[in-house]
Amino acid sequence: MFNIPLFPDSASTFAGRVDALYFFIVAVTSFFAILVVALVAFFAVRYKRRRADEVGAPVHGALALELTWTAVPLVLAMVMFYWGASVYFAMAKPPANAMEIYTVGKRWMWKFQHVTGQREINQLHVPIGQPVKLVIGSEDVIHSVYIPAFRVKMDAVPGRTTTLWFQATKAGRYRLFCTEYCGQKHSGMIGEVVVMAPGEFQQWLAGGPATGSMSEMGQKLFTDLACVTCHRDDTTGRGPSLAGVFGSQVTLQGGRTVTADEQYLRESIVNPQAKIVEGYQPLMPTFQGLVSEEQLMQLIAYVKSLGTKGQAPGQTAAPAAEGAQAPGAADTVTK
Amino acid sequence: MDTATAPTQTNYINVAHTAKSWLLTRDHKRIALLYLISVSVFFMIGGLFALLIRLELLTPAGDLFEAETYNKVFTMHGVAMVFFFLIPAIPATLGNFLVPLMIGAKDLAFPRINLLSWYVYVLGGLFTLAAVIGGGVDTGWTFYTPYSTAASNTHVILTGLGVFISGFSSILTGFNFIVTIHKMRAPGMTWFRLPLFVWASYATSLIAILGTPVVAIAIVLVALERTLHIGVFDPTLGGDPVLYQHLFWFYSHPAVYVMVLPAMGVISELIAAFTRKEIFGYKFVAFSSLAIAVIGFFVWGHHMYVSSQSAFAGLVFSFLTYLVAVPSAVKVFNWTATLYRGSISYQAPMLYAFGFLGLFLIGGLTGLFLGALGLDVHVHDTYFVVAHFHYVMVGGTIMAYLGGLHYWWPKMTGRLYNEGWAKFAALMIFVGFNLTFFPQFLLGYMGMPRRYHMYPEEWQVLNVLSTAGATILGVGYFIPTIYLLWSLKKGEVAGDNPWGATGLEWQTQSPPVTENFPVTPVVTEPAYAYAHQEKRFA
Repeated sequence: MFNIPLFPDSASTFAGRVDALYFFIVAVTSFFAILVVALVAFFAVRYKRRRADEVGAPVHGALALELTWTAVPLVLAMVMFYWGASVYFAMAKPPANAMEIYTVGKRWMWKFQHVTGQREINQLHVPIGQPVKLVIGSEDVIHSVYIPAFRVKMDAVPGRTTTLWFQATKAGRYRLFCTEYCGQKHSGMIGEVVVMAPGEFQQWLAGGPATGSMSEMGQKLFTDLACVTCHRDDTTGRGPSLAGVFGSQVTLQGGRTVTADEQYLRESIVNPQAKIVEGYQPLMPTFQGLVSEEQLMQLIAYVKSLGTKGQAPGQTAAPAAEGAQAPGAADTVTK
Repeated sequence: MDTATAPTQTNYINVAHTAKSWLLTRDHKRIALLYLISVSVFFMIGGLFALLIRLELLTPAGDLFEAETYNKVFTMHGVAMVFFFLIPAIPATLGNFLVPLMIGAKDLAFPRINLLSWYVYVLGGLFTLAAVIGGGVDTGWTFYTPYSTAASNTHVILTGLGVFISGFSSILTGFNFIVTIHKMRAPGMTWFRLPLFVWASYATSLIAILGTPVVAIAIVLVALERTLHIGVFDPTLGGDPVLYQHLFWFYSHPAVYVMVLPAMGVISELIAAFTRKEIFGYKFVAFSSLAIAVIGFFVWGHHMYVSSQSAFAGLVFSFLTYLVAVPSAVKVFNWTATLYRGSISYQAPMLYAFGFLGLFLIGGLTGLFLGALGLDVHVHDTYFVVAHFHYVMVGGTIMAYLGGLHYWWPKMTGRLYNEGWAKFAALMIFVGFNLTFFPQFLLGYMGMPRRYHMYPEEWQVLNVLSTAGATILGVGYFIPTIYLLWSLKKGEVAGDNPWGATGLEWQTQSPPVTENFPVTPVVTEPAYAYAHQEKRFA
């Protein structure tokens, strides 16, 4: 209560960029706010009515002034637009080597699963210095992943797969909030991100229960749900082979092409009729309701493990094993 | 005419006293008073919920209400304030009263439709009140899907129906204003002689008739999905939840301009009257209203930067958002320039106008933070946004509404209120408002999400400040209720034109007769022709 913070922690590579833009806009808007308030105050005193019968001077306007105060704000607005867009596009494009963590929002908790299989609830461990990409889904209503210290946020939308990425820069524990209203315990749908030195993170990752990696779980589902009967390794199946499909350009019926990203894979599982690959029949049944959001994530992880464009199968990004260990870094509580 | 008007003179109020003469009136001025009473009721209901929100947030723990109750409280605060107070407040009360008077008409073009609009509003309000009394609704005023269609077990349909019905009242009023402004201007009242409040009302009406049907459709679809499970928004039924957000914001962003444009119109009138000077750059101010109304329709996606909307869509919406900021800036600069070489009086309505300038300045400028894509990602759905839109919609709109009410009160009632109390209330509202909402910018940038029942302890001090401010603000809003009601019986008789203002409404008696003008006025000069009227004050 006596510790009164006025500014958020900065613990990701985005924090500095967002704050720089913030301070730029603070400077510009403060300048105009002070200018207008000073002028209003000055005029109000200088031209205070002195006689009851006094009227104002006949001033109609001035074209040059109008043009100036249209053009100057327009130019400044365009600078803000460009700057804001450049930060946003950096946020929208995760680096290729980002470590993936599968994230599912569910009323009222956050479930995370690392590619190696470790699961976490309302807590997310990540290493310093490694780009991390959250692949986000929702089991029920819209939620939103928000980590103020990283200045990142992305909605978890049921029926869609969204992504968010960051690179943590400072060890510590940081708050994670749900910022899309989701009902009764919305304000309890909170968690923390534990940022650790890479070595410590590896130890933590190794300490988890061996449940098999995400792609192994996905492979088991792939067999259990009989996906494998149609999606074979070769081209003899009734469905297209999934080897190397992730990240590739898929040609659909009618000649349109789409990029096979997470959203495409997800849609192809729950709503297979939406996009039919050229040369195949619309035979696949929907798996809507048959697989949970987490199982969907595992299936996606499995399909990804079948290789991405320009990458040999099985080489999905794994967390870096080496790196300097900051002693006791993860114990620092910085809220 | 001068101030010899006796209160016993026949006017639109004392012409008939029966309840029937009020409930079946076709007089735009009486309908304006009916609206004034009903929107005030909703303002009090909404305000009461606001008070409960701030009480809960006094402490970090959720100790005053259950989480579910809190969710209903903030939802009903938003629904009552947005749909039943802020949207109708200025158009339906001041607009109804003033548009015919300002253009020299006897009434609106369709007096019966005008009365119908009030009944429609009341009916919508009753549905919503029934929902509140029956247990409330917890979706947030935005009714986001699939929460509203698949998860919430509160009175979504009843509330939605209320909003749906009341929407028709804004459509009817908007349509009435447009026809009236086109067809019923007095001889000589050309478009560029119209008072700027009329321009603003015209722009507002365009938004109301073009936008309201879309939100109405969205609400109907929510109701259909909820009852008949027709899959529109719920992905488990094959729908798309983000589609709802597009439909909702297609109206609800322009709706912000429905709240703010008439406020800007009021401010133009106040500044002209209390500087006794024409508005600097009249045409720029007039056209900026239209520019805001038009561009305002194409910025809705800036509510959805993190909704999974395509990044390129975000780019376009951000660009247009910055574009729509410019006409607002132009207005502020023109108002400021109007003060230059004016004859500035500090009477109560002008204090409200000064208050508006201060609050709208902060509200408008903080919009620039939210328009920036990469920065909005951080502050979206935090208290930064809450503070921003309260500065615009509450700081801006209510300050102008109260300023306008004080300015035209003598015309509406024939009486003057106590000037000292009015100034005191303006000051309290200004101070209370800033204390309530400024700390929320800081909370928002630190990451405090909106619609949170509980929050981390380190944010308590700023929340306590905010609650303290809300208390001052609440008292500030309450004081006018007392002295305005008091003035009805005891207030000094105002006379026709207590401010020495131009404008046709000040050339007829106070309160006006039912037909507004004994003889249809002929207009021979532009609005705000103060410079030609020096002798009037001699």
